[in-house]
Amino acid sequence: MALNAKIPEGPLKDKWQNYLAKTRIVNPANRKKLDIIVVGGGLAGGGAAASLAELGYNVKVFFFQDSARRSHSVAAQGGVNAAKNYKNDGDNVYRMFYDTIKGGDFRSREANVYRMAEVSADLIDHMVAQGVPFGREYGGYLSNRSFGGVLVSRTFYARGQSGQQLLLATYQAMMKQIKVGKLTQYNRHEILDIVIVNGKARGVIARNLNTGEIERHSAHAVVFGTGGFGKIFYLSTLAMNSNGSANWRAHKKGAYFANPSWTQIHPTALPQSGEHQSKLTLMSESLRNDGRIWVPKNKDEQRAPGEIPEEERDYYLERRYPAFGNLVPRDVASRAAKERMDAGHGVGALKNAVYLDFKTAIEKLGEDTIKERYGNLFTMYEKITAINAYKEPMKISPAAHFSMGGLWVDYELQTTIPGLFAVGEANFADHGANRLGANSLLQASVDGNFILPNTISNYLSDDIRTGPVSTDTPEFDEAEKDVKDQVAKLLAIKGTMPVDQIHRRLGKIMFKEVAMSRNEKGMIWAIEEIKKLRKEFWENAAIPGNENGPNSELEKAGRLADYLEIAELMAVDALDRKESCGAHFREDYQTAEGEAMRDDKNYMYSSAWEWQNGENWKLHKEPLEFTEVTPTVRSYK
Amino acid sequence: MKLTLKIWRQENATTKGKLVTYELSDLSPDTSFLEMLDVLNEQLAAKGEPAVEFDHDCREGICGQCSLVINGKAHGPEEHYTTCQTHLRSFSDGDTITIEPFRANSFPVIRDLKVDRSSMDRIIQAGGYISSFTGMSPEANSIPIHHDIAESAFDSAACIGCGACVATCKNSSAALFVSAKIGHLAKLPQGQVERNERVQWMVNAHDDEGFGSCSNTGACAMVCPQEVQLLDITRMNFEYNRSKCVSK
Repeated sequence: MALNAKIPEGPLKDKWQNYLAKTRIVNPANRKKLDIIVVGGGLAGGGAAASLAELGYNVKVFFFQDSARRSHSVAAQGGVNAAKNYKNDGDNVYRMFYDTIKGGDFRSREANVYRMAEVSADLIDHMVAQGVPFGREYGGYLSNRSFGGVLVSRTFYARGQSGQQLLLATYQAMMKQIKVGKLTQYNRHEILDIVIVNGKARGVIARNLNTGEIERHSAHAVVFGTGGFGKIFYLSTLAMNSNGSANWRAHKKGAYFANPSWTQIHPTALPQSGEHQSKLTLMSESLRNDGRIWVPKNKDEQRAPGEIPEEERDYYLERRYPAFGNLVPRDVASRAAKERMDAGHGVGALKNAVYLDFKTAIEKLGEDTIKERYGNLFTMYEKITAINAYKEPMKISPAAHFSMGGLWVDYELQTTIPGLFAVGEANFADHGANRLGANSLLQASVDGNFILPNTISNYLSDDIRTGPVSTDTPEFDEAEKDVKDQVAKLLAIKGTMPVDQIHRRLGKIMFKEVAMSRNEKGMIWAIEEIKKLRKEFWENAAIPGNENGPNSELEKAGRLADYLEIAELMAVDALDRKESCGAHFREDYQTAEGEAMRDDKNYMYSSAWEWQNGENWKLHKEPLEFTEVTPTVRSYK
Repeated sequence: MKLTLKIWRQENATTKGKLVTYELSDLSPDTSFLEMLDVLNEQLAAKGEPAVEFDHDCREGICGQCSLVINGKAHGPEEHYTTCQTHLRSFSDGDTITIEPFRANSFPVIRDLKVDRSSMDRIIQAGGYISSFTGMSPEANSIPIHHDIAESAFDSAACIGCGACVATCKNSSAALFVSAKIGHLAKLPQGQVERNERVQWMVNAHDDEGFGSCSNTGACAMVCPQEVQLLDITRMNFEYNRSKCVSK
């Protein structure tokens, strides 16, 4: 199938308005005849569920948490970007679009990125109206701060809990729609397959995680707001139960997977301290507004950070990138940290961290100001590490964070399966090869609230005469059987190797070869190791208990089975792209100064991979055409 | 470190549960409490025994999915921590630790340490929202809000909905949880239109769900991971009485 991104006519700045003017919409009286399934209750899924219910569709929302308020959007700390230009610092929609395109190293779709910037201001209006307590100036107006990769202040924030506050607003909008009967929620449900009838997505097979029951649910369209799959690295900033399974099962039913290997490695997470660690807690990028990153100039430095004099410290980001300093984009900051640690300048017991130091900022602004800006982050840091970061620098380290890749979608956010849409981190379109800070909450929210509700109607307008979709069909029979067979197959392994141990081993392979720095030999090795591990999993995984009722080991095993396949595609994708761009850094394609070297002549495309019955993948290329910007070498020097 | 764990095991809400003893050794003080349970579950899995079921997700103290009453204290020994932020350095080598679910009539046990907190969702459904639909909002800066009011609204809005307040309260009251949402929205100008109905609907829903009454002991505020203040409960009572006086 040839890819058609369905980019609307007209100049970039008019495309979205042209689209809205011409797209088909569904009469309000007909919306109540249409059912929509939304998978995921976070900012993208939850925003879509609430907004679609407000429009009058019948919406069912599924998520695995016990409440949608716990979706992983909750953990985003720093804020959400919008081109309001409240600071009078030269910001506008175009500048925000350009920063995002450049930040993504010219590997995202121009029209989508422009639209995200264009509707960003509406999102802030919406969230304020919902009662989000954003930070305010003393005059009562909204406050902003800066994030990496930009020279303006366009980030709106609610202390260090911005994601939580946006999510609660979205959750509350969902709860309102449940009250008025337009939305039904299915908590503690995991989607294990998508059902295709006559080539269209018409339902899902879900497992009730409380009872173990396998359920059928039908709809006229399905929306995935299923998030990212960075947990594939085992150690990551993601929630323990975040997973890639719904996306992967859809991929196997025909949804192309785009740029799967582009994972953002976040530069400021807590370092690993031991083998049993399950999680690398993120410390918000906003800390880089006031914190300075450094390592000791001496290798094997033994002194405490406070005893190392100024001239023996290497503020390597300020040294290498004087224009942006500590606020370079994440991919650049992570690679620079890796370079210093590999050269033997890492700090901490395992030499796997760098310092993030607030001494200068506290001297200049006072501890109270720092406390108001980042108080909860300092508290969180102390709770986990028992270190008071007002007194000594934080130790931070790069960690797997965000999936820039995801399900391929067109301008309408529709996947290659008609009737299956993907919003937020689950899709691939907006961030290119590197996501800018505070664009994640933005993309999730605008996809769910403002874009999808206006594009899905074009598809649904063909369904106003369809009537209710039956679940009593051979397609549902077959999908349900497949899911039940897989559950039985997992429980029949009865091996001795705990699932988490296999997952940790997969994570090590992936972080070593398919993360910050990649080379051909390493990835060929990784593919072989992944295949071996997959075989071992199916022969020797220890999955106790049964399918009736809660079984967390069974849940983890199902997700890991998919990760063991996703991992291979990630390596295949990274191997195929013989250039460096954004987070995809190929050691064999770098400049003399160690910066990423793009190859616009041969790789100016998004890679969309088609599943072919497990034999191999077929690559489809979506060419990236830039009409308003000229791709340049991305420089933050 | 070596620890003896007495863990509540219960098949489902209708069966009886009991404490089962497990021994763990070679633990590092830097291991988190939930990572310790991961270790236990790995050992159980290797022996083919069903895992101890417990709720957890973000493991950084913000999602509110983790629970557990540890040695009689919701979220463990440290004040204002979540269970996932609790580390073994808060215990001593050789300790015996009792681990139970959050107990309340409104939180039925699903299995072992997992409980069903959807009663809290239903309280929010009753009125814990502002009815502003997507697309109808005014320009954000057209509603100036005093810095201190926004900060105070945030203090209430920070509630993570974990239910530790309920698990701690001798009456199993969710007053702190309900008052945090009422406080968040009543402090802000955007929340004024539905202010009277909201407090009545939410307080009624709280009682209908079987949560107990508040007798102001303040135990809830002592364990709250986000340090939601007891003052919010006072404000909720004020809001409730006020709504009765000013109703149309």
